[in-house]
Amino acid sequence: MIKRAHFKAPLLPYLLIFPQILVTLTFFYWPAVHGIAQSMMISNPFGGRDQWVWFDNFKDLFTDPLYLKSVGITLGFSAATALTALLLGLFIASQANRALRAKAAIRTLLIWPYAVAPAISGILWLFLLHPNYGVVAFFLKRTLGIDWNPILNGTDALVLIIVASAWKQISYNFVFFLAGFQAIPHSLIEAAAMDGAGPTRRFWAIIFPLLSPTLFFLMVMNIIYAFFDTFGVIHTITQGGPGGMTTTLVYKVYKDGFVGLNLGSSAAQSVVLMALIILITVLQFKYVERKVQYAG
Amino acid sequence: MVEKTPILDLLTYIFLALGICIVGFPIFYALIAATLPLEMVSQVPMPLFFGDQFWVNIQAAWQKGNLGTLLLNSFIMASGITFGKICVSMLGAFSIVYFDYRLRSVAFASVFCTLMLPVEVRILPTYEMAANLFSPLQAMVELLHIEALVGWFLQNDIQIRLELSLLDSYPGLILPLVASATCTFLFRQFYLTVPEELCEAAKMDGATPMLFLRKILFPLSKTNIAALVVIEFVYGWNQYLWPLLITTRREMTTAVIGLQHLIPDVDDVPDWNVALAGALIVMLPPVLVVLFMQRWFVKGLVEREK
Amino acid sequence: MRKRNFGIWMAAAALVLVVCAPALAQPTTLQWWHSMKGANADALNEIVTNFNASQKDYVVEATYKGNYDEAVNAAIAAFRAKKQPHILQCFEVGTLTMMLSGAIYPVHQLMADAGYTVDWSKYLQPVLGYYVSDEGKLLSMPFNSSTPVMYYNKDLLAKAGLNGPPRTWDEVGEYTAKLVAQGVEAGLVVGWQSWTMVENYGAMHDLPFATRANGYEGLDCELAFNNPQVVSHIARLQSWTGDGRFAYSGQKFQGPQAAFVGQHAALYIDSVSRIGALKKTAQFAWDAAPMPVEANMAQPLNSIIGGASLWVMQGHAEKDYKGVAAFMAFLAQTENQEAWHQKTGYFPITVEAYENLKKAGYYTQNPLDEVGIKQLMRGKTTKNSRGIRVGYFIQIRDIINEELENVWAGKKTAQQGIEDAVKRGNEQLRAFEKANK
Repeated sequence: MIKRAHFKAPLLPYLLIFPQILVTLTFFYWPAVHGIAQSMMISNPFGGRDQWVWFDNFKDLFTDPLYLKSVGITLGFSAATALTALLLGLFIASQANRALRAKAAIRTLLIWPYAVAPAISGILWLFLLHPNYGVVAFFLKRTLGIDWNPILNGTDALVLIIVASAWKQISYNFVFFLAGFQAIPHSLIEAAAMDGAGPTRRFWAIIFPLLSPTLFFLMVMNIIYAFFDTFGVIHTITQGGPGGMTTTLVYKVYKDGFVGLNLGSSAAQSVVLMALIILITVLQFKYVERKVQYAG
Repeated sequence: MVEKTPILDLLTYIFLALGICIVGFPIFYALIAATLPLEMVSQVPMPLFFGDQFWVNIQAAWQKGNLGTLLLNSFIMASGITFGKICVSMLGAFSIVYFDYRLRSVAFASVFCTLMLPVEVRILPTYEMAANLFSPLQAMVELLHIEALVGWFLQNDIQIRLELSLLDSYPGLILPLVASATCTFLFRQFYLTVPEELCEAAKMDGATPMLFLRKILFPLSKTNIAALVVIEFVYGWNQYLWPLLITTRREMTTAVIGLQHLIPDVDDVPDWNVALAGALIVMLPPVLVVLFMQRWFVKGLVEREK
Repeated sequence: MRKRNFGIWMAAAALVLVVCAPALAQPTTLQWWHSMKGANADALNEIVTNFNASQKDYVVEATYKGNYDEAVNAAIAAFRAKKQPHILQCFEVGTLTMMLSGAIYPVHQLMADAGYTVDWSKYLQPVLGYYVSDEGKLLSMPFNSSTPVMYYNKDLLAKAGLNGPPRTWDEVGEYTAKLVAQGVEAGLVVGWQSWTMVENYGAMHDLPFATRANGYEGLDCELAFNNPQVVSHIARLQSWTGDGRFAYSGQKFQGPQAAFVGQHAALYIDSVSRIGALKKTAQFAWDAAPMPVEANMAQPLNSIIGGASLWVMQGHAEKDYKGVAAFMAFLAQTENQEAWHQKTGYFPITVEAYENLKKAGYYTQNPLDEVGIKQLMRGKTTKNSRGIRVGYFIQIRDIINEELENVWAGKKTAQQGIEDAVKRGNEQLRAFEKANK
């Protein structure tokens, strides 16, 4: 889209967009081309002796049960993380919206985990939930009698990284939802209340539809977060274990490429992820564009 | 009026208090751990009262983790990314929204292809690129046997190396992360909501495009920019995978990565008190930025979504 | 709108034109990238300082480059950018990768080219054996080598009416049963399970880890640790997880060590390099003993080493390599090896250093330090106990760890877990073979 009122200049627009194009070409397109080429090669990490194998790396990838397992883990992990963070964020925001006093203070107390690095969030939660010395783990084991052991039990490990990842995302979602709530005209809700609609009815009939664009946006953001930004959490807590139960796709790219030195396979995995993310972008884009169009 | 019974209100506050406690507990607990001596922090369960070793642990973490240098690196990296991204995208979006030119749609499409494409998925090739920005040129030199030619000309053995390695450098930490279209997209969205009349009036007054940008668009974008500063600063500060790879010299790495060296390894003494003291130090700057710029941040975030 | 800060990096752009000029009369700097932290790094730096003080031609510059995989990555990136160090410390699992990298200068060759005649037979063979080519030529200089031993909590054992450590695995079973009955949470914990329970278990019982002499004789080797003995050993451990006689406590973050130090476990199998940390943290009486063996193994073989060795990288000037050779020779000197061993607990690499310390009565005062060496030097080294030389060993260890975790968690039987590990590991081996044709 372009503004109806716009400028015409021969050189200026090119100059203005030049830095953007330059960094994009250097750090996106060139590496992407390189990565695609690499994904069709088997190479010695030290250089030289590259063999062109076409799609063998991809074929190996999609017949590798471990990779498929990792796909499953990533989907489950992302869904769980996004859902936890969204629901808790929504719930806390709805409560905060009801609160009469101290709204600003409440927001302050809830907003800051957004600023905590995923890697640090990982450290904090590891310290709380480590089976040997974590205090929450101690509570789970002694008081609730749960056999909590994320070191040995893959499901527990997955729960641990979901908790650590969702925690800091709650505040992000909270901020959006709270703003979403506040943007809903109070008169609308009061009118519904006067018509005898209870809180549940009001939520589904009025609030939810008005919040749904926010919800959609947050869903995409949360899934992207769970896919990519949680690398730090996994790297600090589980390194993909136990039994590979927390090896997400991004973690596998790192592990196979940088630790295992299997460059071809790692590049192939990157290409798959790139395709995936472009797909998500296109979907999101379509939606956002449409929204903007009827906004004005 | 919507229902307002004392019980419901009470419930609301209880839930909120609960939420705040759950969200705050990890930090609260880390804060306690950071005040305890080694013997007490290794107890299971760790005592839940504050000790008197806070300053000692902070100092230990500061020294052991070389946090002085690393915090500076983090600060440079985070500010560089913030500044770079905002500058690049403000101009880029301006070009796309306010100009009509032949390659406009090409530029638009090629930039927005990278929207949301995080550095994580192109990590390996980006790394190779960063290792030597001139790798394509170097390949050409080798192909054309320029070395031999020049060597023959100078009657001397000569080696030509075209290289610009971004490893272990601030540009290396910053630039690849600047290459993302998210901010450009947001600026574009914002510019589209700016009333047409403003531009028409500016044109009528004979203002140049740059003057229009400086005098009208920039002041209007201030809230957005403030929000972006917060978002990008936090984003830059918290980067993990990229600095992990691009830096090999310990004094060039960032605080978040340096913190990993504080976590007790298999071979070390389990000094979690020091590790957590370090974690508190490292998380402080972005938390402060978020808290102090909260108002703009929230406003900008929400406008971002619209 | 001040902008476009790209001047910075355009200025950083450098067109490097190197004309090979005659050397200036100043010492040549030799880069050494390593992964040693804490006390080990102090000991390393002392060696470097002493070497630099001992002569005027060369200055060794030791740099910490992160843990082992980070250091290898840094070296790979540097090699591609032609900025590699002279010496790289690389962990034992990376041996084959380094050997085939085309980026190294074999140490035996380096020493010969620089005019040193080294009598390699005077080195500790079980250490050297891990890093020699199939023809017995040394590829990299052993640096920090360790081997697994068994630590035991004397207090807990005494409380259960036991004196002295168990010698055989059967005894481990009896001991741990008694310990658990006494209220100890876990009988036995182990660190680096693939290294201790599969690789070393096999070596000591003369069982192959892989065909083709554990991979020394060719890339076409296949994993072979799915033999009945290893399987029944793993099955036994699995059965012990049921009643707490064996507990798995993770690969990282001090799992097993923390369990031992916290007196949650009475027996603890891990590297000899843990001695230092245990001395600092364990607040009870403890000691170390050789790893348990099977009762029918009257003469168990040597255990194999773990740790890292020093690889010399290609691409430097000849005179630099003279310096590297001088440094290697310096490193192997008896007094340096003695100091290294005493300060870090890692093994000396020459027999003379060991014998000297023995004569001086070091081991009567520090019996802990000799447990590992004795275990390493016993018996006659066979092709099964010399070492392991397989490709993508890092991934293979990961696979073994994963499958063992599945076994401990009761998801698979020992047989199935081991078979799966072999099968998946073999896929890695074939991929490596393909990549290194």
